[in-house]
Amino acid sequence: MTVLVLLEHDRGELAEAARQALNAARPLAEELGVPVHGVLVGEDAAPLAQTAADFGAEVVHVATHELLSDYGPDAWAETTRQLGDALDADVVLSVGSDRGNEVMAHLAARSGLPFVANCSRIAPNLGPWSITRIQWGGSLLEDVTLAAPRKIVTIAHHAAAATPVHPDCRAVDLRLERFEPELDESVAVTMIRGRDGQRRGSTLSTAPVVIGGGRGVGSADGFSVLEELAELLQGRVGCSRAATNNGWRPHSDQVGQTGTRISPDVYIAAGISGAIQHWVGAMAAKKIVAINTDPDANMVAKADYAVIADLHEVLPAISEEIRRRRDA
Amino acid sequence: MALRILCCVKRVPSPGSRINLTDDGTAVDATHLGFTTSPHEECAVEEAVVLAEHEGGTVTVLTLGPPESVEQLRYAASVGADELVLVATDGAPWDPQRTAAALAEAIKRLETDQETFDLILFGNESADSGGFQVGVRVANALQRPMVNGIKRIELNFDGDGPGSVSARRAVDDGFEVYELPLPAILGVKEGINLPRYPTMRGRLASKKLEISSWEGEAAPGGQALVRLRRPVEQTSTTTILGNSAAAAPAVVDLLEELGVFDR
Ligand SMILES: Cc1cc2nc3c(=O)[nH]c(=O)nc-3n(C[C@H](O)[C@H](O)[C@H](O)COP(=O)(O)OP(=O)(O)OC[C@H]3O[C@@H](n4cnc5c(N)ncnc54)[C@H](O)[C@@H]3O)c2cc1C
Repeated sequence: MTVLVLLEHDRGELAEAARQALNAARPLAEELGVPVHGVLVGEDAAPLAQTAADFGAEVVHVATHELLSDYGPDAWAETTRQLGDALDADVVLSVGSDRGNEVMAHLAARSGLPFVANCSRIAPNLGPWSITRIQWGGSLLEDVTLAAPRKIVTIAHHAAAATPVHPDCRAVDLRLERFEPELDESVAVTMIRGRDGQRRGSTLSTAPVVIGGGRGVGSADGFSVLEELAELLQGRVGCSRAATNNGWRPHSDQVGQTGTRISPDVYIAAGISGAIQHWVGAMAAKKIVAINTDPDANMVAKADYAVIADLHEVLPAISEEIRRRRDA
Repeated sequence: MALRILCCVKRVPSPGSRINLTDDGTAVDATHLGFTTSPHEECAVEEAVVLAEHEGGTVTVLTLGPPESVEQLRYAASVGADELVLVATDGAPWDPQRTAAALAEAIKRLETDQETFDLILFGNESADSGGFQVGVRVANALQRPMVNGIKRIELNFDGDGPGSVSARRAVDDGFEVYELPLPAILGVKEGINLPRYPTMRGRLASKKLEISSWEGEAAPGGQALVRLRRPVEQTSTTTILGNSAAAAPAVVDLLEELGVFDR
């Protein structure tokens, strides 16, 4: 009887999601009166066991097998399935990241069990559990019941903050156990075969300043006034799906439910109406300034500050004012 | 041998600035809303059409949903899909296990009449319920490999035809590369391509295309909807900084105050 947490890592580097998952698992395990166990898949992750213990894993299982050389959804799911069986886990949990949701889906399919993705609240009961999960990327909540002998869930990204149990000292007794799953070649089919491409500079998701443009920008060339301001503030240009669909900006600039979630200190949203699918990607910004000709636009209503005017006049004026002050 | 590709798509409402719910809270109130294809799946259809155009082949689009979902099937045909299939429901939302079971059955049925699909594409997750699992469950039921989150697809040919697929998933520092033998299943993400708009000719042709259809049948799974709720919104008051370019100094004052001016 345990809450088993899949500890996400990439080639031995612990993901923030793993810490969040442990944080979410602790109160749940307490409520159930069972311990939190963590599983690290692959020998290369063994050095992460101490951190997992610091964040609340009472037992850390390191799963080793010659086939577990890198990430693969089938290999990770089958390993987790076998460990869950061995421990008779009540809950198998991870965070709703790309990998977290993928592995849990494979685990559930392999186990013939339901899987509830992106939960924001989990209330164990004697019968079916009551769970709240997010829909529409967070614009809507769904209350569900979950009936299953083993509960397979992911926690909505950022629903749980990552704080260690023992902020100053390390967890005293790290209990590390080896687990050797029985795997055959079939699980290796979906393993990562290689990696390519490179890291781009400051990515949109972590940029401290984002200047976003929507349909109101009017054309690809129209974005030059956004580029100019972004450069002055060392920020990045973002956009709405209307701008992407018109071919004005690459999809990598898109903010929103099916784009990137941003969390800058300041988001300047110019010519963007503020549809919910855009808003869920922008709402983590500390301050939002809307520039829109329509005083009734949703973006204006939701922003902290707004300028009700044509962005093609306002943005160049802001850039000009910044240069003037810097030169002074 | 001609390539056979299947895309599974979902009809979803297209809300703007606010989602309204029905009185009993079990569905999105769509009275004043249009409907659309989930964006990841719109890209899946585009990708399938491009692959079929390049390599020679056909694209089948399958949806499970209310009878009105023919609107999304016709749209897919207007941008190049060749065959349309509707597995009809009563309109109530189906849980992920039930949806996947009915889709897997439908695919088996389509594959007994014709050959196996070389490639099946799903969206990474549906735009509304976002369960992140239907494609994976279908793959499991059909015993085919599946990876999700795909932003690039390349078919590799051996002597007799397409033998495997290289699929790339975008991560922070580039791409992870997967190589799956065909037949395979992929979940794609918006951004893999820029979907085309239908032409007038495409629209006209799509109206004439026959749609195969039958009632979906599958047992409910272990996750059951109780109700939908809107999250509590923080009400904010918006400070209007001005109504013209003359607001620029006020905006820059603000940027200074927020500590992003000195960079
Ligand atoms: C399932 C789904 C997922 C989606 N995912 C995303 C997503 O990830 N990201 C996203 O952005 N959208 C997404 N959308 C689309 C979303 O619903 C909206 O259609 C889109 O965000 C609208 O973009 P927009 O605000 O630029 O355009 P519009 O809604 O057309 O708004 C344009 C705004 O510009 C203003 N304007 C016009 N001219 C000027 C000017 N000269 N100066 C100042 N203001 C001006 C107008 O007043 C208006 O407010 C999704 C939709 C669906 C159905």
